Amino acid sequence: MGALQSFPGQPQYLDLAEKTGFSFEQIGVLHKRFKQLSHKEETLRRDHFSEIPDLACNPIRAQIIEAFFDRRNFGQNGEGTVEEIGFEEFLVVMSHFRPPSLPMTEEQRGKVRREKLRFLFNMHDTDNDGTITLEEYRHVVEELLSRSGALEKETAKSIADAAMLEVASISMGHMEPDEFYEGITFEHFLKLLDGFEIESRMNIRFLNMDTITLCK
Amino acid sequence: MDLSITRRAVVLLFICTTFSLLYGSKGEVPPKPVVGVTILPPVKPDNVPQAYPESEKASLPVFTMDYPRIQVPFEITLWMLLASFAKIGFHVYHKITIWVPESCLLISIGLIVGAIMHSVHEEPPAVLTTNVFFLYMLPPIVLDSGYFMPTRPFFENIGTVLWFAVVGTLWNSVGIGMSLFAICQIEAFGVQDINLQENLLFASIISAVDPVAVLNVFEDVSVNEQLYIVVFGECLFNDAVTVVLYNMFNFVADMPVVEPVDVFLGVARFFVVGLGGMGFGTLFGFVAAFTTRFTSKVREIEPLFIFMYSYLAYLVAELFAISSIMAIVTCALTMKYYVEENVSQRSCTTIRHVVKMLGSISETLIFFFLGVVTITTEHEWNWGYILCTLLFAFVWRGLGILVLTQIINPFRTIPFNLKDQFGLAYGGLRGAISFALAFTLPDNIGRKQLFVTATIVIILFTVFLQGISIRPLIEFINVRRTNRNLDTINVEIHGRLMEHTIAGIEDLCGQWSHFYWKDKFMKFNNRILRRILIRDSRAESSIVSLYKKLELQNAMELLDNISGDLSAAPSIVSLYEEKKNSAKPKKFMAADLRNMHNILSKNMYKIRQRTVAYTSKHALPNDSQNREILIRRHSSIRRSLRPGSFQSSMVPKSHKYFSLPAGKSLDSKFPPVMPSTADDHETMSEVAYPSRRSRFSKPSRSSSSAAMPLRRLDTLKEAPSVDVLNEDSSESGRSGHGVSRTNSSYSDSRVPAARRHLNSSADNNNSSQDNLRNNYNEAEEEEEEEQRPQPSSPSPSPAWAAEPGDNATRNPLLRRPQWNPNK
Repeated sequence: MGALQSFPGQPQYLDLAEKTGFSFEQIGVLHKRFKQLSHKEETLRRDHFSEIPDLACNPIRAQIIEAFFDRRNFGQNGEGTVEEIGFEEFLVVMSHFRPPSLPMTEEQRGKVRREKLRFLFNMHDTDNDGTITLEEYRHVVEELLSRSGALEKETAKSIADAAMLEVASISMGHMEPDEFYEGITFEHFLKLLDGFEIESRMNIRFLNMDTITLCK
Repeated sequence: MDLSITRRAVVLLFICTTFSLLYGSKGEVPPKPVVGVTILPPVKPDNVPQAYPESEKASLPVFTMDYPRIQVPFEITLWMLLASFAKIGFHVYHKITIWVPESCLLISIGLIVGAIMHSVHEEPPAVLTTNVFFLYMLPPIVLDSGYFMPTRPFFENIGTVLWFAVVGTLWNSVGIGMSLFAICQIEAFGVQDINLQENLLFASIISAVDPVAVLNVFEDVSVNEQLYIVVFGECLFNDAVTVVLYNMFNFVADMPVVEPVDVFLGVARFFVVGLGGMGFGTLFGFVAAFTTRFTSKVREIEPLFIFMYSYLAYLVAELFAISSIMAIVTCALTMKYYVEENVSQRSCTTIRHVVKMLGSISETLIFFFLGVVTITTEHEWNWGYILCTLLFAFVWRGLGILVLTQIINPFRTIPFNLKDQFGLAYGGLRGAISFALAFTLPDNIGRKQLFVTATIVIILFTVFLQGISIRPLIEFINVRRTNRNLDTINVEIHGRLMEHTIAGIEDLCGQWSHFYWKDKFMKFNNRILRRILIRDSRAESSIVSLYKKLELQNAMELLDNISGDLSAAPSIVSLYEEKKNSAKPKKFMAADLRNMHNILSKNMYKIRQRTVAYTSKHALPNDSQNREILIRRHSSIRRSLRPGSFQSSMVPKSHKYFSLPAGKSLDSKFPPVMPSTADDHETMSEVAYPSRRSRFSKPSRSSSSAAMPLRRLDTLKEAPSVDVLNEDSSESGRSGHGVSRTNSSYSDSRVPAARRHLNSSADNNNSSQDNLRNNYNEAEEEEEEEQRPQPSSPSPSPAWAAEPGDNATRNPLLRRPQWNPNK
C-alpha cells in the first residue's frame, strides 16, 4: 500500500482515474487523506467519519456519512448499506462532486445533472423505495434546521409539509380531493429542481496539492 | 454683476421649466419659445437693480430680493431637479430604457442643455471641482454600490473580483500609459511634450470602468452569477484602485525625475492606501453596528447613524489620504449585516431608500454634467492621440481579460469560458469616475485640455456604442445564464442541503475552500461579534425580527381593510374563486414562500445571510415589491376570512396537506363563526360567506394554506420565546389571543402605513408601478395556475381585467363599484 501511495501514475491509479475521472495527483491527495482518516487501515468505518472535527458541526452530518456507505452511490446497481468502504468506494462517492469538464453538450449536461441529483435524492430516500416520503422529507428538514436551535420541530415540520405540498402541486398538477401524494419520485425530483443549476453548483474543486497538514 | 448672476438663474429656470414641460407633455416636441416667454416674466426680477438705489431713503422696502444669498443652494437644487426631471422623462416611454441605457440618455440631455447654455454664452456650473466631487458626489455612489453588493456571490468570488479589480486596473493603466507614451514619440502626432508620468496618469483615469449600464443589461438577461458579480465587484474596487493610482501618478507627474526608490515607495504606498482603507472601513462598520445596538429608543434618527458613520469613514480615510472608497465600501459591507438586524424594519427601509436615492442622484448629476461639459468646455482635438487612446483602451482591456482569465481560471471551480470573457471585456464601459477624475486634473499639466477631451470621447464612445450594443450582443452569443427566480421552498431546501453536503465533503477530503473559511468566520461571528454588536444576539433573533416584520404586515393589512384599498380587490376576487375550487391542490402562496424562505435562509446555513436579489444601481431591491405584493395578498386573505377572523385567531390550525396524517381535523379547531364585526362591509361578508361555508363543508382541505403565516404571527403577545409558534398551544387561549392581536394590530396600523406608501411611491425602480402591477398580476396568475391542471405560462392579459367578468356570473356583488379594480 505504501508503494501505491508514493507513486502516483501507477496502474492501480490508472484504473481509478478512468473510473472516477480524477487526475493522478488528486487521487494521490485523496488517498493520503483516506489513510489519515482510516488510521492507515484499508477500510473506513462510520466511526472514522465521526472523528472528523470539522464535520462535527455540520447539521446533516449523518446523511453525509451515510451517503458514503450507501451502495447506490457506488456506481453499480447495488442496494443497501455496507459497514466499511475501501478507497475505491470512497473515491467513487467523491467523484459525484467533481466539476464537469466544460464545455458540455446538452446531453452531457443532462447526464451530470441526473447523476448529481440522484446523489441528493439518495440522501433523502433513506429506505430506498424510490420515493421521498413526507416522513423522510421532514426528517431532512429537521436536521437541516437543527443547528439553529431557535426553531422548534414544529416549524421544521410545517416547512417540510409546505415543501411537500409544493411538490404535489408542481408534479401532479390537478389532484382529486381524495388523492394522496405518496412521495417524491425521482422523476418528480428532477422536475422539481428544474431551474436549479446543480451541474454548475454541486462542485468541489479538488486540489492537486496536499493541504492535509492544514486540516485537523 | 448682479444681473449676470440673475441671468444665470433665469437660464437655469428656463431650462428646468422647459424640460419639465417637455416631459409633462410625454415627450412631444417642446413648445420652447412660447412657454419660455410666458413663464419667464413673472420670474424675471427686473426690478432688482432698482430696488437697491431707491432704498437709500431707508424707508422699509416692501419687496426685496437677495439672490446672491441663496444662489448656490438655489442653483444646486435647480440642477438636481432638472436631472430628476430628465429621469422621469425617460420612463414616459418605457421601452427607451431597455434599448438605450439611462446613462446614454442622461448624457444626451446634458448635451442638449449644454448646447442651450452654450448658445446663450453661459458657463457651466463650477460644481465639479475636486473637492465637491470627492467629498459630496462620490461617497453616495460608492456607498450605494457597497451597501447593495450581493454579499454572498461576492465572497464566493472575492479572489477573482480582486484579481480583476486590482491587477486588471494596473494592467490597463500601465499598458495604456506605456503604449500612449510610445505614440507620443511619433512626431507626426505633435504630442511629444507629454511625458511618461502624464501618460500614466491619463491612463489610470481612463482605466476605471463603470459599467452601470452593463449591470442593468446583465440583470435583465440574467447572465450567470459569476460574471455579474465580477463585473460588479470590479467596478467597485477598481474605483478605489484608480483613485489610488491617480493620486500616485498625480504626485509623480510633478516630479521631474522618477527614481527607482520612488517606484518602490509607490508600491508600498499602494498597499498602505488600500489596506488602510479597508481597516478604517471595518472599524467604522463595527462601530456603526455597535451604535445601532442602542438606538431602539430613538428610532427616528436610526438611519442617520448609518450615513454619518459611512461618511465619517470616508472623511477619515481622506484625512489620512488613504483609499476612502475602500473605506466606505468595507464600512457598508461590514455594518449592513448587523445594522439591519438591529434597526427597525422601517429604518431599514429608510436606509435603503436614502442610499439608493443619494447614489442615484449623484450619478445622474455626473452623467448630466458630462453632457453639459462636453459642449461647454474648450477642447483640444488631436486625432492621432485620441484615436490611439480609444484603440489602446479597447485592446488592453480585451488582452487583459484574456490573459488574466487564463491565470485565474485554474483557481476557479467554474472557469470563465470565452463568452464570459467577452462579456467581461465588452462590459468595460468608462463612466462617472473617469470623467470626474479627468475634470479635476490639476492645471499644471500641460495638456489637460487634451486629456479631458480624450476622456470624454472615450466615455461617450464606450457608453453609447458599447452600452447600446451590449444587450443584443449578449443575447446573441448566448452567455451562460442563471435562473434567478427560484421561488420554491424545495429549491431552497435542496440548495441548502447541497451546500451543507459540499461543506461536509470538503471537510471529509481535508480540503478547504471558502466553505471552510465561512465556517470559521461564522463561528467567530456567532460567538463574539454578534454578542457585541447585536442587541438581541440570541440565535433566534433573526426569526423574531422576521415575525416582527410579518406582524407589521399584518397591521398593514388591517389598515388596508379599513381604507378599502381598491387595488387589493382583484386578489380577493381570485381568492374567492380559489375558495370555490378549493378542493383542488394549491401551491403555497407568495407569502408563505417568502416566509419560509426567510426562515430557511436565516437558519439553515448559519454562515450566510441570504442576499437580496441583485440590485441595479438605480433600483431598490425588488424585495420591497415582493413585500408589497405579499402585504396585499395578506390583506386580501384577511378580508375574505374576516367574519371569522375577528373572533377566532382566523387561523386554521392544521394545514391541509395531501399527505398529512388524517388525525388533525379542522372542524374542532374552528369555533362557530360569530356575526361579523361592525366595520365589515356588506360586500365583504357576502364575499366571504361562501368561503366560510366551504371551509366548513370541506374542512380537511378547503381552508387557505395562505393563512399559515398568519398563524405564525402570533408573536404580538410579545412573548420573547418562540413558544407562541407552537401550533399545538392550547385551544382555550386562542380566542382571547386573536382578539388581543387584532387590537394591537389596530393600534399599530397607522404607523406602518407610512412605510407602505414609501414602498410604493418612493420606489424609483423603472416604472415601479408597472412592475408592481405586473408582479401583482403574476402573483394572481400564479394562483390561477394552481387551479389549472397543467401550469401554463402566465398569460399576458391582465389578470384583473378578466377576473371580475368571470366572477360576475357567480357573484354579482363583486361588481360593486367599490370593488371595481379599474382604478
